[in-house]
Amino acid sequence: MKHKPSTRQLERIAYRRRQAIRSVLLAAVSTAVVGTLLAVGVTGAPGWDRVKQSFFDLDVAQRHLPAILDGLWLNLKLLVFCAAAALSLGLLIAVLRTLRGPVFFPVRAIATGYTYSFRGLPLIIVIYLYAFGIPGLRLQGTPDVLVLGGAAIVVTYGAYLAEVFRAGIESVHPSQIAAARSLGLSYRQAMRHVVLPQAVRRVAPPLLNDTVALQKDVGLISLAGPIDAIRAAQIGVAEDANFTPYIVAGVLFVLLALPLIGVTDWVTLRAARRQNAGS
Amino acid sequence: MLLSCTDVRKVFGDHVILDGLSLDVAEHEVIALIGASGSGKSTLLRCVNLLTDIDDGAILLDGTEITDPRADPDKVRQKIGLVFQSYNLFPHMTVLDNITLAPIRVHKRPAAEAKDQAMTWLERVGLAAKAGAYPDRLSGGQQQRVAIVRALVNNPRLLLLDEVTSALDPELVGEVLTMIRELKGEGMTMVLATHEMGFAKQVADRVAFLDAGRVLEQGPPEQVLGDPLEARTRQFLGRIIEAGRL
Repeated sequence: MKHKPSTRQLERIAYRRRQAIRSVLLAAVSTAVVGTLLAVGVTGAPGWDRVKQSFFDLDVAQRHLPAILDGLWLNLKLLVFCAAAALSLGLLIAVLRTLRGPVFFPVRAIATGYTYSFRGLPLIIVIYLYAFGIPGLRLQGTPDVLVLGGAAIVVTYGAYLAEVFRAGIESVHPSQIAAARSLGLSYRQAMRHVVLPQAVRRVAPPLLNDTVALQKDVGLISLAGPIDAIRAAQIGVAEDANFTPYIVAGVLFVLLALPLIGVTDWVTLRAARRQNAGS
Repeated sequence: MLLSCTDVRKVFGDHVILDGLSLDVAEHEVIALIGASGSGKSTLLRCVNLLTDIDDGAILLDGTEITDPRADPDKVRQKIGLVFQSYNLFPHMTVLDNITLAPIRVHKRPAAEAKDQAMTWLERVGLAAKAGAYPDRLSGGQQQRVAIVRALVNNPRLLLLDEVTSALDPELVGEVLTMIRELKGEGMTMVLATHEMGFAKQVADRVAFLDAGRVLEQGPPEQVLGDPLEARTRQFLGRIIEAGRL
């Protein structure tokens, strides 16, 4: 038997529908008003023609696009390498910080000192130290400046990610460890099979968010010499005395970030749903 | 004696939880621990499972002192199963993975064999259809039965049950108690902390009343629950009857 709604319920449904239509109309009108005001405000500004010329010149954009794309390829490669390395380093440090007992005091102290100092130290200074300081030692087999710069980024981001992982580990209820230990699992096994999988799932959204930030910061390696997308754009700006290459690089960065941001939102949504599914 | 606790003391800060408690459990015996909240029932079970260190006394399993700091706690826990009030299933694993985790990782059994054994158990308790489900899809009673199976696949010598029905809706209590009754029939040695006096009467060989961190009196259920010797026991049971739980 299909349920037949009462007149009272039908009245409620009709009311809600009227309200919904009203709010859609309101949103459409206010969007149109704000959009028009913005367009008029920007294009009607006294200096708009000059800004358009020096920031949105299609010819200049086309001329420098290949060089900027070349640079972007370097950004992408660095991003993949640095993200993987920084995530591993962060996880390792976070686990080391949870170790209890006097035997592990030095390990814990080093891990704690590391997260404190490298979260405070500006990335630019770390890059200079690594890229110019280490080669200055004139040791045999000093790696390329690209590797050194990458290492600087990994070490800095690893400190942030370690704290995110640690927050995740501490959010897993102690009763989960008790349950695992009561089954005879060792501390390591309990960590590996019970605590870490839950911790990583919980902090996946902030981890991915930091990865989006990392995507922009890998460009700072250009301070040490390698030509990334932003440095390529800067060269273009200097050649043509026109700022358009920066806009091109900016748009490319946004496009590059879109998939990652999309994944972050999806993972966040899924995590929220899973948590609501319980109880 | 399979389990023997002698003068066990446990202190949290200034708070004395176990104050020289002694208790013996013979093989195949089922002991019900009763007593008010805070009388030390759960703490005793956690001490026996070595989840908390004791502050004095000794606990022996099969004549070997397990509270000896030189003993390997992981090895001891493999012989003692513990089931918690709040089930504590691993939420990121399916029912089957929850059960096979220890057999595969701790006892190094082949995965296929561990899975077969787990499925046999799940069929026995009528949960085979839930093998692939995650714990949050199960009712409290189903979760608790999975938790008991998870402890049993390790073939423990001793099973500790910590108020395993206290978090359950009344109509789900029965299915868990039935399972415990069957385990008794198979000769499993069990120590259970419980608020279910009727059940303690049915299933326990001996009831121990804990008060202020000691066993104040113990004996056959009819005697301790029906005709207690101590005034404190009578007072406690009086309150239980008042609440309609006996």
